[in-house]
Amino acid sequence: MKDRFNLYRFASPATFYPLAGKLIPWFVALSVVFGLAGLYLGMLVAPTDFQQGEGYRIIFIHVPASWMSMFIYLVMAGWAAIGLAFNTRLSGMMAQALAPTGALMAFLSLWTGALWGKPMWGAWWVWDARLTSELILLFLYIGYMALTAAIDDQRRADKAGGLLLLVGVVNVPIIYFSVKWWNTLHQGSSVNLTKSSMAETMLWGMLLMALCFWMYSIAVALMRVRTIMLERERHTDWVRAELGANSSGAAK
Amino acid sequence: MFKIISAVIGRDLKLAMRRQADIVSAVFFFIIVVSLFPLGIGPEPDLLRKLAPGVLWVAALLATMLSLPRLFADDHRDGTLEQLALAPHPLGLVVTGKVIAHWLVSGLPLALIAPVLGLQFDLSTDALVVLTGAILLGTPALSGIGAIGAALTLGLRGGGVLLSLLVLPLYIPVLIFGAGAVDATVSGLGGEGHLSLLAALTFASLGFAPWASAAALKIALE
Repeated sequence: MKDRFNLYRFASPATFYPLAGKLIPWFVALSVVFGLAGLYLGMLVAPTDFQQGEGYRIIFIHVPASWMSMFIYLVMAGWAAIGLAFNTRLSGMMAQALAPTGALMAFLSLWTGALWGKPMWGAWWVWDARLTSELILLFLYIGYMALTAAIDDQRRADKAGGLLLLVGVVNVPIIYFSVKWWNTLHQGSSVNLTKSSMAETMLWGMLLMALCFWMYSIAVALMRVRTIMLERERHTDWVRAELGANSSGAAK
Repeated sequence: MFKIISAVIGRDLKLAMRRQADIVSAVFFFIIVVSLFPLGIGPEPDLLRKLAPGVLWVAALLATMLSLPRLFADDHRDGTLEQLALAPHPLGLVVTGKVIAHWLVSGLPLALIAPVLGLQFDLSTDALVVLTGAILLGTPALSGIGAIGAALTLGLRGGGVLLSLLVLPLYIPVLIFGAGAVDATVSGLGGEGHLSLLAALTFASLGFAPWASAAALKIALE
């Protein structure tokens, strides 16, 4: 009888490592394709906005980066929940591999937001509810990375980081709404980004760029998780075999 | 259940009373930080009145942070914490007791001293009452959320700085509603809404945070 295909087989680093290695080029290629298509649509095809001129085109980086920064935090919390519930090794590694990408996305979102805000609102920074929550999200990423970096024992780092992620994910909506109410109580929303209608090409450009960011994040997270696996499992036979094969291959 | 909680509270209070300098120094930290602000921004009463809620609340957050690392560290060092974790009672209840004791020695003194500091900022009587009430209502949430951070960073190098990195972002809602209550009173809107939300945050964090801290302690003790 043939073995049925079993997804759980890839929960072990030894089997996931080669799978990730095979998947990475695909995601990189998809990211490049989506990115080129999205940039083409966004920079060349999409019409100039009648209010904001050409400056609005930063939206094609800004919005996908903000989406990813929020989504990656949720994915990390999901991995943390799986890791704490089923005590799987791979979950903690995935959460740790995703964290720097998430922080990068949050930072990119803030940075492009500032670059966008200066010509449009005349200020690099306003204490808008969305900006403030994005900044706090960046703080949460940094807190997670600082905690996992401070713990030497990897198992403890995974679990403690996972717990922090779960506490954070419960708090994110509370923080978001409190910031929102704080903002409206203080000064009223000075910034309104809701557009009545968006040109179809703009929307497609943004979606393609979002897909590009997705593929990029997956590819980078897989690369990072491969490194983490090698580092943590360096005492095992499969890593020795892997590294031995690589070094002999390089020597030839 | 209440017997365990009250036993832990009694024990922690007794320990705290033997080291009163710790409590006093946290309170003086609060006073000094608050007093530094007028020196930094100038003595205009209008400006000070406007800044008072935020300044007092930020100082309260920092003063609470100061005493958090010791919440579990002493018990961890002499092995008491492991015995508590091995005891048949749920660890969450023990942590609840410790959180309440922490509030009694760190949050309560801040609430008692806050009106006096508010006078320095020329706050009206109404605002002083709301300020005291808000600090009374909000500081238990700070102790509760802080306990999670203290448990996660237990025994790590650079624990204090790391703790503030983890916990301060989570304190933001308490800061917003606490300072907002006083602000709303000063501007004549009434602070009841803010105080209700603050109470909600406190009850939610007192209910959930001890169990999350207990899980974090178990991870640390493994």
